Amino acid sequence: MNTDIVAALESVTRVRGVRGAMLVSAEEGLVVAEASMEGLDGAAVAALTAGVVARLSRATEAAGRTPPAFVHLRADGGGLMAVPALTDLLVVAVTDPEVNVGLVRLELRRVAENVT
Amino acid sequence: MRVIEPWVAEPLQRFLSESSARVVLLTTASAQVVAQHGFTRALDVMSASALGAAIMASTEELGRLTASGASRSLSHQGPSRGLFLAGFDLPQGRWIGLVVYDRDSSLGLVRLFFDRMVEELRAVAPTETPAREVLAADFENELNASLRSLFGR
Repeated sequence: MNTDIVAALESVTRVRGVRGAMLVSAEEGLVVAEASMEGLDGAAVAALTAGVVARLSRATEAAGRTPPAFVHLRADGGGLMAVPALTDLLVVAVTDPEVNVGLVRLELRRVAENVT
Repeated sequence: MRVIEPWVAEPLQRFLSESSARVVLLTTASAQVVAQHGFTRALDVMSASALGAAIMASTEELGRLTASGASRSLSHQGPSRGLFLAGFDLPQGRWIGLVVYDRDSSLGLVRLFFDRMVEELRAVAPTETPAREVLAADFENELNASLRSLFGR
C-alpha cells in the first residue's frame, strides 16, 4: 500500500514547481508517506501543516461553516497546499511561488480520493 | 512555569509557546525535578517525575533486552489529551521530559519543538558542573528546597 501511496504522491511532484508532497496524519501531525522532499524537513512540514489545518478547521466550524476542503498558504519564497482526505489524513504539497495552483489542487484531490 | 536551573527557562518558555503544550515536566533520570509548567500540586509533580523516570528506565531496559536499542521517546494518545515522554543527554547527565498536550497541539508539533528545545538546552547548558557527593542527609532538604522553588512556597 505504501508503494501505491508514494506513486500517487509522485504524480503531485511531477507538476512543475512542486518541491515535495506528503501524506500526513491530521490529528498527530506525523508523516505517513512522502515523495521528493529533498531539502525539506518533512517532520516539521507535517507537524506545522497539520497544526494550521486543525486551527483553520476549528475556526470555520466555529463560524458555522464546513471544514476547508483545500488550504493554500502563500509566502514570498513558496507555498503550501493541503487537501484533507476522509480518513484523518492530509495530502500536502510544498511548492515554489510560481506554480499552477489549479493543477496541484487537482492532483492533491486525486490522491486524497485514492487513499480513502 | 517554574525552573530550578535558570538557563532552562528561555528554551522551555519557547517550547511552551510554540508547542501549546499544557503540562511540562523536566527531570533528571533519577526523577529530580528541574522545571515544571502546568502542575498545581507538589504531590502531582513528585508522582509524575517518579513515574516518568520509572517508565523511561523500563522502556530503555526493554529496548536493550529486545535489541531494539535505547528508547528515545514514547507517546500515549488518550481520548482528549496526549502524553509524550522522552530522554535526552546534556552535560549535566540524562534528563527526561514529560509533556501533556491537547487538541491545541499534536504529537508532531510536540516532537518538533521538543527536539528544538533540547538543542537549545545543549547550547546554553553550563559545560562544567561541580561534581559533588549526594548524601542521604541532604536529600530531603534538597527535595523541599526544589519544591519550594517550583511552587513558590
